[in-house]
Amino acid sequence: MQKQAIFQSKLLPCALVAPQLAIVLIFFYWPALQAVIQSFLLQDAFGLSSTFVWLDNYIELFKDPAYFEAIVRTFFFSFAIAVSSLSFALLLAVMADKPLRGSMLYRTLLIWPYAVAPPVVGVLWIFMLHPSLGVLSRYLRGLGVDWNPLLDGNQAAALIILAAAWKQISYNFLFFLAGLQAIPKSVFEAAAIDGARPMRRFWTVTFPLLSPTIFFLLVVNIVYAFFDTFGIIDTMTRGGPGTSTVTLVYKVYSDGLLGGNLGSSAAQSVILMVMVIVLTGIQFRFVERKVTY
Amino acid sequence: MVEDEGIRRYVAHFILWVGIAIVAFPVYIAIVASTQDNALIANGQMSLLPGGHFFEVYYQTIFVGTSGSTREPVGNMMLNSLVMALAIAIGKIAISIISAYAIVYFRFPFRMAIFWIIFITLMLPVEVRIYPTYKIVADLHMLDSYAGLALPLIASATATLLFRQFFMTVPDELLEASRIDGAGPLRFFWDTLLPLSRTNMAALFVILFILGWNQYLWPLLITTRDDMQTIQVGIRKMITTTDALTEWPIVMATAVLAMLPPVFVVVAMQKLFVRGLVETEK
Repeated sequence: MQKQAIFQSKLLPCALVAPQLAIVLIFFYWPALQAVIQSFLLQDAFGLSSTFVWLDNYIELFKDPAYFEAIVRTFFFSFAIAVSSLSFALLLAVMADKPLRGSMLYRTLLIWPYAVAPPVVGVLWIFMLHPSLGVLSRYLRGLGVDWNPLLDGNQAAALIILAAAWKQISYNFLFFLAGLQAIPKSVFEAAAIDGARPMRRFWTVTFPLLSPTIFFLLVVNIVYAFFDTFGIIDTMTRGGPGTSTVTLVYKVYSDGLLGGNLGSSAAQSVILMVMVIVLTGIQFRFVERKVTY
Repeated sequence: MVEDEGIRRYVAHFILWVGIAIVAFPVYIAIVASTQDNALIANGQMSLLPGGHFFEVYYQTIFVGTSGSTREPVGNMMLNSLVMALAIAIGKIAISIISAYAIVYFRFPFRMAIFWIIFITLMLPVEVRIYPTYKIVADLHMLDSYAGLALPLIASATATLLFRQFFMTVPDELLEASRIDGAGPLRFFWDTLLPLSRTNMAALFVILFILGWNQYLWPLLITTRDDMQTIQVGIRKMITTTDALTEWPIVMATAVLAMLPPVFVVVAMQKLFVRGLVETEK
């Protein structure tokens, strides 16, 4: 698609795109290229010289059980966060879609957590569920749960999933509500006249019509769980106890920073890039489809 | 619809209020904790009702900071966050709108190549190229500077695509009319296109401000000096020390202060926020 009415100038447009082009080249392409190059290099301990080692960094990675665990863990986190947050948000959105008094107020009161930063989310939740001083930990102990996410890896993982899902509720709610409002009310009325009860109407009418939104949100939630959970993990558990909450992004960060293993960290970055490109590709394909839906 | 509407409506109200309570509870606890005495909290004796230390805690948080771990006034951290968020939001909108204008309203060599170069950046968040980006910023001597905080985060295509899409919908007649009036490309941009883009710019600004204010990993890496910390980084450093020394009321006051600006933006500018969110995600 192109505009018919245009200006005739060659110099001006070049000057207009120059700032963005410069920033993108310096802060995007150059580092991305460096990451790819570095992933084929092995640096000595002092970072003074490096040798070309072909795919050694990648092979090392895939032989490393810790990396494999991080992959599995990241996908598990993504899945758990997406499913719990999506289902809760969908329930709320279906309720808020009804013609209720104060529905605008409900929307306002449900969407603001979008604005809470991941590290703050981490701080809020670790404070409530802190083993020694958490307000909720008291009740958990009262129920006989031996609650200590700072020592128990599974509990730490549960805590991360809970906090991350909490933050994402508002986002999912907003998009579900928009999706629901886009469905013509006459469809529901027709189903009701046909005698379908509300639960049945939801599963046979609403849910299928909402499937593009669900799929879109699924991808967004997975990308969110991959990247934005970094702040939550870093303030709550720092990847611990042990490595039980280390995700792929957290590993790129900690291997590069603490381990100083830049070749491996770069190889991990490249693998992440490929994963994001695949996810984004899926999302684009889907958005195309939604237009024609 | 047909069946027992009354009861269903009550159920819906009830579920929504439960949802709101779940969503609000952690923040309520933070607000309550920020008004209490640290010794009480550290003993696990925290009350679920507000305490009487509101002014004292917030005064210390904003003007002094924690006495142990960071010793940096949170007021200063907020200023850093504000400068970074504004620089990201305004910078991104400014460079994107002019490059979108060039791509839509001109024909010049490599036009499509440049469009694709910008478009591809959409795919990769800063997290996947974090150390090489760090190295470049260090080589350019931009560590611990606002430019270093903001510039790498400006490098992305969302805003450019959005403006491009919008410009495509602007009728050609407008350009022809202003050409008849004798306006050149810059005049047309300034007098016609910019006023038309106002709502789009505002919606984008709201989203970018929130995203900028909430940045974490990048500022964490490139700020080493305490006085350059953003509030998100500062709050993490406050809980680094061993648990016994964490000054929880101050940490929680900082959390509340960190939430305040972006939450205010979402609530006060809800229409623009929703519009911006829906548009940037498409």
